[in-house]
Amino acid sequence: MNAVERRILKEVAGLHEVPHGAYNIRKNGEGIGRVSTANIEIRPKEDKPGIDVIVKPGTKGESVHIPVIITETGVEDLVYNTFYVGEGADVLIVAGCGIHNPGARRSQHDGIHNFVIRRGARVRYVEKHYGEGDGAGSRVLNPKTVVEIEEDGYAEFELVQIRGVDSTKRRTEAVLHKNAHLIITERLLTHGSQHAESEMLVELSGENSAAQIISRSVAQEDSTQVFYPRLAGFAKCRGHVQCDAIIMDRAVVRAIPEIAAHHADARLVHEAAIGKIAGEQIIKLMSLGLTEKEAEETILQGFLK
Amino acid sequence: MLELKNISYYGEDDTPVLKDISLRLEDRKFYVITGPNGGGKSSLAKVIMGIYRPSAGRIFLDGEDITDLDVTERARRGIGFAFQQPPRFKGITVGELLQLASGSQKAAAGCNQLVEVGLCPKDYAAREVNGSLSGGELKRVEIATLLGRKLKIAIFDEPEAGIDLWSFGRLTETFRRLHASNEQTTVIISHQERILELADEIILVAEGRVQERGEKERLMARILQECDCSKNCLERAVGANECR
Repeated sequence: MNAVERRILKEVAGLHEVPHGAYNIRKNGEGIGRVSTANIEIRPKEDKPGIDVIVKPGTKGESVHIPVIITETGVEDLVYNTFYVGEGADVLIVAGCGIHNPGARRSQHDGIHNFVIRRGARVRYVEKHYGEGDGAGSRVLNPKTVVEIEEDGYAEFELVQIRGVDSTKRRTEAVLHKNAHLIITERLLTHGSQHAESEMLVELSGENSAAQIISRSVAQEDSTQVFYPRLAGFAKCRGHVQCDAIIMDRAVVRAIPEIAAHHADARLVHEAAIGKIAGEQIIKLMSLGLTEKEAEETILQGFLK
Repeated sequence: MLELKNISYYGEDDTPVLKDISLRLEDRKFYVITGPNGGGKSSLAKVIMGIYRPSAGRIFLDGEDITDLDVTERARRGIGFAFQQPPRFKGITVGELLQLASGSQKAAAGCNQLVEVGLCPKDYAAREVNGSLSGGELKRVEIATLLGRKLKIAIFDEPEAGIDLWSFGRLTETFRRLHASNEQTTVIISHQERILELADEIILVAEGRVQERGEKERLMARILQECDCSKNCLERAVGANECR
């Protein structure tokens, strides 16, 4: 791997070299490295591009890294990845895509991820998106994530896109069975003339299922963002949507949360707020010795943490 | 030494808020600024911190004219200000805010300051400075942001507001100790008799002017005489039967 590839890998997966445990690295539309372990098998799909990741029941404390890097202009990459996490397993899955587009043509990666989280399994999933490059070609990422969590399963999804991606349309769908619990945290920063759209639908189907959707975003310069987080309760369940955005410069942010109760014991709450950084926040940090710019960066960093 | 020379400040709609105030604050002295609401106390403190720019007059810190310096530069020269209504920060923890205040990267920075304001570091260092903190907790964190700093002049704007009576005694003790050990000038804006009692000197501000200043023995007797409400009603209720 060259320096650009290494840097992108670090941005999206926090990796300096090849990771421990199971991994699959995809570059410019092709797999360049794949390792399975005794408990986690990664195998290519036969009918379409992509991989199946199979985590054996009871696997604990292992991780899977599946970063994607694009370093050429004009790449259009579409993959289907499916994750089967066996009963009682507890694993970390790190995905992510970084695009370094050096040319004039559009480079795009659309990852379609399916998760089947079996009874009592726990998953932490981290997906980071990042873009860079000197060329005029745009960097586009349109991920789709479909999640099913069986009884007593638990999943934390951390979806992050900080800078550099020109256009993104993300769709996330989840179905939760009895006692299943899902936390989705989305963090987004757009700038320039970027556009980001995030649509989520979480169905709470099983008794005592619970979901939290936490969206924190910063829209700078002329960028635009639209959020459609939706929660639907079909049983005795709890759900909470929280959309928080900081708006700056000439940006536009729309947040349209929806909660739908189809059961009398569904307890669903949504909160949404859009606002600029409060002047008192800046002044407070300046009164501790930070410059105005440092104060602003500190506030944004904390907000997106 | 901090010196204000002929400071005037006009608020919104050009209403005069501070009128030709000249004031000298000596090193290592403990001052309490008191006076009626709307009399200009907070504005005076904000002019000193650089949050408000005076319409006329100059401010000197140890002989240096700091009138044109912004908030950051004044903070770096050793002026600190605890807000009456501190802002909240989503995602920034109490520990991180105290680290920013003390300029230290150490995770343990701020522990002592939290103890000083009656908050257990174990419970609070990792809490976010967001809406989950009560008004009183936020206020104590705000006070703590000034305790870990090497300051020439520390200004607290009504630190007692929102803090329950049971913690209040401890807080006055903290101010007393802080002042004794830090060799700084302390300025507290307050209406509380127990804080007034800490002062070397009391400054009475009303109608945008320093009406009077002097040693606490002389001024306190006058203030208490003039205003029956100078003792907090609750405080009286604890000690006396008159409210029962």
